[in-house]
Amino acid sequence: MINRSSITLYSLGESAIVIQFGKYIDEQVNRLVGAFSRYLETCPILGMTEYIPAFTTVTIFYDVMQRNYIEMEQSVENALRTFDVTQRYAEERIIEIPVCYGGDFGPDLKYVSEFHDLTEKEVIDIHTEVIYSVHMIGFAPGFPYLGGLSEKIATPRRELPRVQVPAGSVGIAGTQTGIYSISTPGGWQLIGQTPTKLFHPAKNPPSLLRSGDKIKFIPISIKTYLNLKGNEAG
Amino acid sequence: MIVRQPGILTTIQDSGRYGFQKYGVLVNGSMDMFSLRVANILVGNSQDEAALEITLQGPTIELTEDTLFAICGASFSPMLNGHLISEGRTIFAKAGSQLSFGKPVRGCRAYLAVAGGFDVPEVMGSRSTYLRARLGGFEGRALKRGDILKVRPSDMDVSMFNEDLCDFDWFVSPTLHPKYGTHSVVRITRGPDFHFFTEESQRQFVTGSFKLTTQSDRMGYRLSGPTLELAFRQEKISTAVMMGTIQVPPDGNAIILMADHQTIGGYPCIAQVIQVDIPVLAQLKPGDRLSFQEVTLESAQQLWREQEINLRMLEQAVRYRIKGGLRNGSALT
Repeated sequence: MINRSSITLYSLGESAIVIQFGKYIDEQVNRLVGAFSRYLETCPILGMTEYIPAFTTVTIFYDVMQRNYIEMEQSVENALRTFDVTQRYAEERIIEIPVCYGGDFGPDLKYVSEFHDLTEKEVIDIHTEVIYSVHMIGFAPGFPYLGGLSEKIATPRRELPRVQVPAGSVGIAGTQTGIYSISTPGGWQLIGQTPTKLFHPAKNPPSLLRSGDKIKFIPISIKTYLNLKGNEAG
Repeated sequence: MIVRQPGILTTIQDSGRYGFQKYGVLVNGSMDMFSLRVANILVGNSQDEAALEITLQGPTIELTEDTLFAICGASFSPMLNGHLISEGRTIFAKAGSQLSFGKPVRGCRAYLAVAGGFDVPEVMGSRSTYLRARLGGFEGRALKRGDILKVRPSDMDVSMFNEDLCDFDWFVSPTLHPKYGTHSVVRITRGPDFHFFTEESQRQFVTGSFKLTTQSDRMGYRLSGPTLELAFRQEKISTAVMMGTIQVPPDGNAIILMADHQTIGGYPCIAQVIQVDIPVLAQLKPGDRLSFQEVTLESAQQLWREQEINLRMLEQAVRYRIKGGLRNGSALT
């Protein structure tokens, strides 16, 4: 059951309403964000033009020609009640992400292992044993912010960011881990690379992941990486 | 049409890429939506069609076909075959004409719409250029010398126009336009974190004068002016932002998010610029000044609705004039 008193609604300008599910980032709050987002996919609110899930909030943008704030607030209240009694939105997808760790694909794996006085194999084991939560998609198209990284391998960002990080790179920055969905400048410690495409502008949806998904990293060999990469390209 | 000189930053932009922000895909689109829509209306396009967004120094373009076009927004001394032409009007040019721009007189961004619209593929439902992801628009980038832009056929019969009817003498009434200027008053509603700021900063925000710094582009404007301070240390959890959101990073200098902003932001949000005043922002240049005036949510929504109705009426009036080929010198209101 949702505790309605822990949810606050407020406006962002004249065309957006924000639903805040909690004040702090935690798994329970993020589960609600994910479930409410899935609810909106199947039962969009009248006047909604789009919505953006984040760590603790879902922001709904609306058409001012159709609805005013009071009407939107009423619709959101109704949606929260309907959504509350329906358990079907609780189901989360688990998506496996194959990763080739170390070597040219993970040029900072050595640094991360030395930083924590671990072997490279131990870093890989720690990184792959967790099921991560996609807290939100942002920073770049299809880029997931993942929750769940073990403190044992949390590593500060690189002092000097790279001018170009290849798409598919898996990195660590502080207590976060993530996957670069497009090639972009970046300062994360790169430990591996996935052949799976996270962002595909010609597909709908263009993003492999969405807020509220779970993911698991699967270690693969260079050979498997190249095979899978070939399949992606074909 | 062939791009002979590209200008500083000339990109294809429409009304924006909506529906994919939940996947981290930016909206992009025109900075001055009002001017984009009026330029499209003047050539009989749908209001959200893609046009060229021209920044300060305009391009030189050879029109290889008979073209019906309109230029709205900033005033950069547009010329057809070397002769100054008017902005905010429908103009017909014969094949082989050259369109160029001279001195920037007023504003920062001009919009060139052509009847039919530019023939570039839609990516995720939009033709806007997404510079960072290198997609949309013309090959995902700003125009370069030698680019060849194709135009889609227009619903209108361009051949009904000729050199005798090349400058329509009616125009869009200036009373319809946003209040552009180099010291603009921009209306805002309070942001969700307004109360995080000290009373002094809250007061200074609405009474002080701010200046656009040189670190201002399509992604956001960095302002200098009164330093805005938080009343207490507050860790803000990143949440959705939008065009016109005013964020304050720890240095206390406000940032206004513009068309190429990230979908999510992590700084306290002091205010939100009302949608009808974003075009005013779009026409500011580094060095220009602005101040903020608070309005209620209800009046922001009312102003939005009024603008939509005005644009619909303008669209109907222009359709009537163009289809009828009427030429009398009165302003359309």
